[in-house]
Amino acid sequence: MMVGVTSRILDRADLDFLLHDWLRVGDLLDRAPFAEHDRETIDAVLDLAEQIATERFEPHNRAADLAEPHQGPDGKVVLVDGVQEAIRAFAEAGFIAASVPAEHGGTGLPFTVARAALAWFQAANIGTASYPFLTTAAVNLLLAHGTPEQIEAWVPGMLDGTTSGTMCLSEPQAGSSLADITTRAEPQDDGSYRVVGTKMWISGGEHELTDNIVHLVLAKIPGGPAGVKGISLIAVPRMLDDGTRNDVVLAGINHKMGYRGTVNTLLNFGERDGAVGWLVGAEHGGLAAMFHMMNEARVGVGMGATALGVTGYLHSLEYATTRTQGRAVGGRDVSTPMIPIARHADVRRMLLAQKSYAEAGMALGLYCSRLVDEKDTHPDDGSRAEAALLLDVLTPIAKSWPSQWCLAANDLAIQVLGGSGYTRDFPVEQFYRDNRLNPIHEGTHGIQAIDLLGRKAVMRGGAGLELLLTTIRRTIERAGEHPEYAAALEAALVRIEKTTATLHAAGDPDVTLANASVYLEAVGHVVAAWIWLEQLVAVGTRDDAFAAGKRSAARFFYRFELPRTGPWFDLLDSLDTTTLEWDPS
Amino acid sequence: MNIVVLIKQVPDTWSERKLSDGDKTLDRASSDAVLDEINERAVEEALKIKEAGDAEVTILTAGPDRATDAIRKALSMGADKAVHVNDEAIHGSDAIATAKVLAKAIGTVGDVDLVLAGNEATDGRSGAMAGMLGELLGWPSLTHANELTVENGTAKAKRETDEGTSDLEASLPAVVSVGEKINEPRYPSFKGIMAAKKKPVTTLGIADLGLDASEVGLAGSLVQVDSFAPRPPKSGGQKVEDEGDGGAKIAEYLVGQKLI
Ligand SMILES: Cc1cc2nc3c(=O)[nH]c(=O)nc-3n(C[C@H](O)[C@H](O)[C@H](O)COP(=O)(O)OP(=O)(O)OC[C@H]3O[C@@H](n4cnc5c(N)ncnc54)[C@H](O)[C@@H]3O)c2cc1C
Ligand SMILES: Cc1cc2nc3c(=O)[nH]c(=O)nc-3n(C[C@H](O)[C@H](O)[C@H](O)COP(=O)(O)OP(=O)(O)OC[C@H]3O[C@@H](n4cnc5c(N)ncnc54)[C@H](O)[C@@H]3O)c2cc1C
Repeated sequence: MMVGVTSRILDRADLDFLLHDWLRVGDLLDRAPFAEHDRETIDAVLDLAEQIATERFEPHNRAADLAEPHQGPDGKVVLVDGVQEAIRAFAEAGFIAASVPAEHGGTGLPFTVARAALAWFQAANIGTASYPFLTTAAVNLLLAHGTPEQIEAWVPGMLDGTTSGTMCLSEPQAGSSLADITTRAEPQDDGSYRVVGTKMWISGGEHELTDNIVHLVLAKIPGGPAGVKGISLIAVPRMLDDGTRNDVVLAGINHKMGYRGTVNTLLNFGERDGAVGWLVGAEHGGLAAMFHMMNEARVGVGMGATALGVTGYLHSLEYATTRTQGRAVGGRDVSTPMIPIARHADVRRMLLAQKSYAEAGMALGLYCSRLVDEKDTHPDDGSRAEAALLLDVLTPIAKSWPSQWCLAANDLAIQVLGGSGYTRDFPVEQFYRDNRLNPIHEGTHGIQAIDLLGRKAVMRGGAGLELLLTTIRRTIERAGEHPEYAAALEAALVRIEKTTATLHAAGDPDVTLANASVYLEAVGHVVAAWIWLEQLVAVGTRDDAFAAGKRSAARFFYRFELPRTGPWFDLLDSLDTTTLEWDPS
Repeated sequence: MNIVVLIKQVPDTWSERKLSDGDKTLDRASSDAVLDEINERAVEEALKIKEAGDAEVTILTAGPDRATDAIRKALSMGADKAVHVNDEAIHGSDAIATAKVLAKAIGTVGDVDLVLAGNEATDGRSGAMAGMLGELLGWPSLTHANELTVENGTAKAKRETDEGTSDLEASLPAVVSVGEKINEPRYPSFKGIMAAKKKPVTTLGIADLGLDASEVGLAGSLVQVDSFAPRPPKSGGQKVEDEGDGGAKIAEYLVGQKLI
């Protein structure tokens, strides 16, 4: 197998550093749910992820991009070769069940380790990875909210890869605003429901990869409260127990910019007499059930964006060390050989920027995953609550910051390759197109911004934000070796405090939230600077190429990136209303 | 049925391979080490036999401490137990000395019916182990098997080499070396990884095998390396300008190289 330092999919040395030297996942292994694991099993799982990602996922990544899913003459969805084998290998190895507790047939791996392993698949082929990832999300939802009968009926098939899951939230007229969905679920005498409505953008909504597909559908039960409080979660299988097809119809396939390997569908439920479904969780408790999983899902989106950022960086780094062009500044002698472009300062700028975004994204995603483990398994109630609160505040950032900056990294990867980067002969343009989805789904950038400024920054009297700032200050206290960075970070924290107070004192919610995205981006950059300082402290006095690389990337972030936040905070402090006052007509 | 699978940890084909300056043996510490892929196929074949009937699969390797990673991988694929021959004295053994060690180690496993090996290790590449072991054990050896059936005390193999294909048959016990095309090895699974931790691994030194240090290692080897030099870098090659006669020039070159 082709495992080793040469991988351009992800950087295993960085994962090992983050998991062990920084996040000390070994400490988690003393806790009962993880007692079966040790460093050896963690290494073996990461090896296995790398191997299957390299051998089964990466090889058809481009083919799946070029040949979009379509319906064959018999109406069935046609995917490229290799997808099925990849998903089978993924399921058989146990990755769908990676963080599912052992009593449900899972492996009970710490979420932090599972997330790191899954990043291999996101980087190798995010389009194919989506199918089993959606299934894992469905498993988690059913285990948390399903009845024993529902779990019995669907989860085993999901874990062995013969049943898949979808998430059906969005509708043509209701994407960001789920309060406005119109799909209905009519209760029947036998306890089941009949679902009628149209769901848009449904990933993995129809295909032949699995015998059955269980759609987890948000719908309104007539007579319930208006808005989000009247939304229920209904499980609608494609195939019914008697072997007949449920009343779910593929109404169309969307043609996308990226993520093209993942079939994306418009589904009609109940064209005949209503699709048969069963309530999962409480009546009208559907959104709460979905949101129960939301932090994990959003951290997962951020990790997907990051994985693409890392792989783009590694590909462009390799190109820059082999492509020769031009000579050192001042060198005009054309009889001397040209130099690798990685020797040009401007190319180094583009490479270091990518490294500083992508490795911060990875560290942030794994940090948040560690918080998931803390909130679920820390023996102490107070510590669990604290982890949950910090995760709540960080989630919009963990989702949006990588989605923005690792996309920017992919843009730079294209630039490093020059003309070649703009062609389909090299994978970086696909990484960019694939990554462009991440600021859109699972709550758009704008929606995350409102979540952070309008909700998370002020919830419980601002306790969440205060906890974040306290946590960052604890790092500053440990960063005595890096006074320049520590001082810059402390100054940025003071700005967050002042700006947050100013915005919420505006007296007009429209004005407070007008520039929420700028707030998200400014706080996001400060959080990334903190994550870099954390990594530097963990690197300590280590003296090798890896450590030198971390120091350079951290320095880049503090010199080139953190200072950008100054003008953003200035704009926010001025309570600017330019956008509110503009008349788009 | 009692099956022994010989596995070898080899430097990753992607990492640079070096000989060490001192004793001119392979510098194993300097490169990433992995379970040789041909050995994954040998393990797979053993597991298939186990799944079809009833067999116990023992992994055997002669190698340093970190060969435990290769053992762990074979166990997590589904093998039952392992024997690890780990002794500083073995360092520098040539193929014959290695075969002596392995033959003795096979003897510790009990009534072995079948020994499976790779046809050729990606590092040593002598392609000799199955033949030598057959000789030392007094068992038939079927090499380069790209198909294998084991039934009623008989092993049948389809041997495929550059020279052609032949059908081989031998009664058990026998040594079989497998080729690239014999199967697609399975991946380990999480369950396999967890289970591997509880599987027994016996570590033996040469004294446990009744061997003396003079019989193995550099001292016990017929082959000694006197000197070595890195392969010279590729030369620039020959440039041919196409002035309308490019095709003819290429043909001329190929004729000159006796390629056509
Ligand atoms: C490839 C792909 C896969 C998807 N997969 C799934 C899936 O499997 N299941 C599923 O249910 N959905 C899925 N989605 C849907 C996705 O979650 C929605 O596209 C997303 O929530 C945005 O909804 P919308 O497209 O209707 O955009 P809109 O909600 O119309 O938003 C358009 C723009 O308006 C902004 N906006 C909207 N409301 C506000 C507001 N209140 N304040 C400020 N700005 C606002 C948004 O930020 C955005 O920039 C997928 C989408 C895509 C493209
Ligand atoms: C000049 C020379 C110097 C060498 N110096 C060294 C040295 O310093 N250090 C060193 O390690 N090697 C050294 N070797 C290689 C060493 O001799 C061989 O690796 C070893 O003898 C086995 O030969 P092979 O790997 O070529 O086996 P092959 O016959 O090509 O291997 C076939 C199969 O035999 C089995 N097998 C081979 N070796 C083992 C093993 N150790 N344990 C279990 N199963 C095994 C595997 O199933 C393998 O797939 C040297 C070889 C030469 C020619």
